[in-house]
Amino acid sequence: MSAEVTRAPGIESGEARAAPPPALRLVGISKSFGPVQANRDIHLEVEKGTIHGIVGENGAGKSTLMSIIYGYYQADAGEIEVHGRKVEIRSPQDAIAAGIGMVFQHFKLVENFTVLENIVLGVEGGALLGPALRRARRMLVELARDYELAVDPDAVIETLSVGLQQRVEILKALYRHADILILDEPTGVLTPAEADHLFRILRSLRDEGKTIILITHKLREIMEVTDRVSVMRQGEIVATRETAATSPEELAELMVGRKVLLRVEKPPARPGDRVLEVRDLCLRDEKGVERLKNISFDLREGEILAIAGVAGNGQSELLEVLSGIRAARGEVRLGSEPLDVARPDARLAREMGLAHIPEDRQRRGLVMEFHGWENTPFGYHHEPRFDRGWGLMDQKEMKRDAAGKFERFDIRPANPDLEARSFSGGNQQKIVVAREIEHNPDVLIVGQPTRGVDIGAIEFIHRQLIELRDAGCAILLVSVELDEVLSLGDRILVMFDGRIMGERRPEETDERELGLLMAGVDPGAPEAGTATGAEGREG
Amino acid sequence: MSFMQTLLGAGAAVAVSAASALAEPAIIYDLGGKFDKSFNEAAYRGAERWKKETGENYREVELQNDAQREQALRRFAEAGANPIVTVGFAFASTLEKVAPDYPDTKFVIVDMVVNQPNVRSVVFKEHEGSYLVGMLGAMKSKTGKLGFVGGMDIPLIRRFACGYVQGVKAVNPDAVVFQNMTGTTPAAWNDPVKGAELAKAQIAQGADVIYHAAGGTGRGVLQAAADAGVYGIGVDSNQNYMFPGHVLTSMLKRVDNAVHDAFRDGPGMSTGLVVLGLKEGGVDYAYDEYNKDLITPEMKAKVDEARQKIIDGEIVVHDYMSDNSCPVK
Amino acid sequence: MRRIPVWADVVLIPLINLLLAVFVSGLVVLYIGESPVKAMRVLLQGSIGSAYAWGYTLYYATNFIFTGLAVAVAFHARLFNIGGEGQAGLGGLGVALVMMAWDWPHWALALPAGIIASALFGAAWAAIPAWLQAKRGSHIVITTIMFNFIASALLVYLLVNHLKLPGSMSPETPPFPPGAHLPTAHEILAWVGVKFPKSPPVNIALLLALLAAFAVWVLIWRSRLGYEIRAFGHSEEAARYGGIAPVRIIMLTMLISGALAGMMAVNAVQGEAERLVLDSVQGAGFVGIAVALMGRSHPVGVILAAILFGMLYQGGVELEFEMPAISREMIVVIQALVILFTGALDNMVRLPVSRLFHRRGRGGGRAGAGGNG
Repeated sequence: MSAEVTRAPGIESGEARAAPPPALRLVGISKSFGPVQANRDIHLEVEKGTIHGIVGENGAGKSTLMSIIYGYYQADAGEIEVHGRKVEIRSPQDAIAAGIGMVFQHFKLVENFTVLENIVLGVEGGALLGPALRRARRMLVELARDYELAVDPDAVIETLSVGLQQRVEILKALYRHADILILDEPTGVLTPAEADHLFRILRSLRDEGKTIILITHKLREIMEVTDRVSVMRQGEIVATRETAATSPEELAELMVGRKVLLRVEKPPARPGDRVLEVRDLCLRDEKGVERLKNISFDLREGEILAIAGVAGNGQSELLEVLSGIRAARGEVRLGSEPLDVARPDARLAREMGLAHIPEDRQRRGLVMEFHGWENTPFGYHHEPRFDRGWGLMDQKEMKRDAAGKFERFDIRPANPDLEARSFSGGNQQKIVVAREIEHNPDVLIVGQPTRGVDIGAIEFIHRQLIELRDAGCAILLVSVELDEVLSLGDRILVMFDGRIMGERRPEETDERELGLLMAGVDPGAPEAGTATGAEGREG
Repeated sequence: MSFMQTLLGAGAAVAVSAASALAEPAIIYDLGGKFDKSFNEAAYRGAERWKKETGENYREVELQNDAQREQALRRFAEAGANPIVTVGFAFASTLEKVAPDYPDTKFVIVDMVVNQPNVRSVVFKEHEGSYLVGMLGAMKSKTGKLGFVGGMDIPLIRRFACGYVQGVKAVNPDAVVFQNMTGTTPAAWNDPVKGAELAKAQIAQGADVIYHAAGGTGRGVLQAAADAGVYGIGVDSNQNYMFPGHVLTSMLKRVDNAVHDAFRDGPGMSTGLVVLGLKEGGVDYAYDEYNKDLITPEMKAKVDEARQKIIDGEIVVHDYMSDNSCPVK
Repeated sequence: MRRIPVWADVVLIPLINLLLAVFVSGLVVLYIGESPVKAMRVLLQGSIGSAYAWGYTLYYATNFIFTGLAVAVAFHARLFNIGGEGQAGLGGLGVALVMMAWDWPHWALALPAGIIASALFGAAWAAIPAWLQAKRGSHIVITTIMFNFIASALLVYLLVNHLKLPGSMSPETPPFPPGAHLPTAHEILAWVGVKFPKSPPVNIALLLALLAAFAVWVLIWRSRLGYEIRAFGHSEEAARYGGIAPVRIIMLTMLISGALAGMMAVNAVQGEAERLVLDSVQGAGFVGIAVALMGRSHPVGVILAAILFGMLYQGGVELEFEMPAISREMIVVIQALVILFTGALDNMVRLPVSRLFHRRGRGGGRAGAGGNG
């Protein structure tokens, strides 16, 4: 399939010399890892002074392409032109020299350095630090004025909110004279308000003539901020569109290659008896920071209780406590039995009918070096059916069990002998989901079930969760994706700073209200407007 | 299986042919190494003397650790070396086990008795030689305080110490002798740093003559004595030359003779216990160009008189190892 | 992820490592003015050239199988047990105490007693660092190293003050009673009518070591405990999630590891020396680390690597005898070079080789599977 380009002004203008050449032009980029072709004959033109979105499912090749542009990988074939000049990019240093800057999903900052020190790190331009720091401070003041990029230059990174840390990353790139800025999934860790602020920054950068490439899987953001968008699928660019001339539905279809249901269809919940009762759960971590502050809620069978919140506000800890991984104080009852949260025991929790799809399937949910068939009984490996006596495991039964799960959950490739790490994100998640769902738990605790999962698998996993709910299971769902919380949850709790900010019903709320709650502001409360925490450090 | 047998058979054949091909004597040095300037080196000199006299070769090996003794013994025995000299008491239990497996091979052990028909055990009356150097030390000392630094704390070394103290007291009954042992393991034979520390401590207490019976450790003792301007007394080999003017004398223990004689006697040598004292020329004190200015004619006359009396049996120096105790402190 | 074929992983790369080590060792030998070819011949002849040589090589290999397995088992739980030296030393103490406690009538009784005693003592010595790691988070590398020193000091104290024969000058126990003597290869093979030289100390403990290797294979790849050990080793987070208690895994793994290291004493103390001497371990605890690394923590790999190191040890001893110009320090240097190349510098070879395979694999992938993806 060749790139289907609706409008390609760059090609003519490049020859006619009338318009400036594109800021970035990729010609026939290909890259493969062993038998996997990550990028195939990519042609892309990004015009100067635009925001160009790149969307695609996980594994579509977006990150590989950006890594090639930034010099982490080298293409097997193809050329890169910057402002009409062919450049060889062999390392990030080359990319920076060519005026390309990158803001990664996971920041690359020295946590115990100040903002200023981080910005000059590696470009001190001499043995003495003083001049570089003075230069950087001057520039920070200008940038703050021009682009709403204000950050306290003397703040230590680890005291800053995620949104501000991201701003430091952008400043770092600008300080290195980047005029093509690549942002990889920049909003994943931001509150909606912080994301809006970021978009304002990006627009003003564009208006100053900078070129921005935005990689995301959130179609809403593409529609909101980009001028043009390219869709990647299976290593290729399958289409490039003017944002104004397309729709989320069309983009989703291009990403997946077929029609996709973006909205989850689900019948109303019919909640039954209370099966999980949480009272006054408190947790103080090793550093003495309070992570959970008097969390209380109930969960009934046949309902999905969704917990919204920005990452890092206690949801992870809540999941760990309830699933018996981490100790806390407080009372939890599972059915009629008390669950001793002071002495966590994941095996006991499972035996009491609690299943857990963890947030991080690669570090938790799966042993990446284990074969598929070793992962499917993981956590349930004490069950008598896997026991062959003498402390040995029945590998035949393990393999049979795995083969069944692979078939029923359409896990591809359908080969349980492969190591977990050789599966794509979506299929890894399906292994976890298959394992936890097929034990028919009374309570299912789910963290970020669709993070890093392609749209097709998202659809599948959502359907499974709803089916399980309708079969009477009580589901506690934690997600940072508001779309997911709103479409799956029968009730929604919002967590901020280890507390529950409030409960809402999906049909009675919207993203704006949830976003405020996630930022620690209760629109209904008398002290509304006195922002605290993340937002409070700005300005 | 047949392949296995061929292989094993071939191996056995190799071993047998090796045995008949060689009849060189062999020597196994103890931990501490052959160039310890003391005990092992004396043995080495004996072997070299034999080599120079006969023009024949001998085989030798230095041990890396205690557990290697058996392999070294068996290796030489298998290779047909004969006789095999083991230098040091630590070979005793190994030799006890290995010697019966090689009835046609003769073994020699120095400093210890092994009751096997094919073993010659050479022991020395170190107490007699130590008595003489003790006398010299007491006559030389101005402070009336002397030192003794032993290597590993074992009865053998206490025998040195006891003979030394007896000699000191014979000259000056009021003299004080400070005694220290370097350690309780074979590592104590080769720790010159600790030897120097112990010597310095004794010098600080007033000792001006220090005798060591500590193998390689003694280098540190003699060095410390020389540095402090007092006198050291060497052991086993003649160590007078090491710090001329500061080594009063050396208690000679003719390990070199024991090795040389064994090599000379060859495979047909006599076995059983050989005790070498003053009378047999097995021990003595050293008097040479390096220390002749340190020892006055009066001192020499007095010590030679005692030497003769010991040989004649008029003076009996108590042997610590005869009852594991020492009459004097 | 880049993967390379199994055969390259377990055969090709160790072979290249070994050849590099041999080459550099040859340079060292050349530097001191000796013939590397002769040194190599002495080394090979002396280690595998005769039944006598095999007898010693396999004796040393037996030690290394035990200590190598000990390191390998711990490594599956990502625990780096550097304490094999101390655990094996204590295993020797256990054997000595049991053997001297009773006038053993027959080896068939003394052998199980020796196994149990050495395993218990070795495990007990590993238990303290394990507990400190599991409960207090004290790094096991540090604590096991410390415990090597403590073990050494303890053994000196006991041998010098309590265990040695009164009046004896060597810090060693009296010989064990004759009934404690384990059948050597000479005696065992004589039962089936095969001649084998009498002097090499290889004994029935070799069979015990092979049995232990098989047991370790079953443990790691077939048992539930092994499943949990591997899961914990790959990802502690995942293990916690899967209801696997880290404290339990750390303790059990280290107890097994310590017991394996301790059982080395059945070979070295009960089988060879037949009394406890100072330093009965002779560095085998540390060699075990290299053996486990080179054997990629797989029992079969450990056995092969142990034989290789056995050759190196026995060949090294022969070098001392045959080529006195190569001093014992030089032999230690050569042994260290092999450990360096096979253990520490493994990635130096692994990376280029895997790149080579990757390049070849990609060429094939392009030609054969153009349609996929």
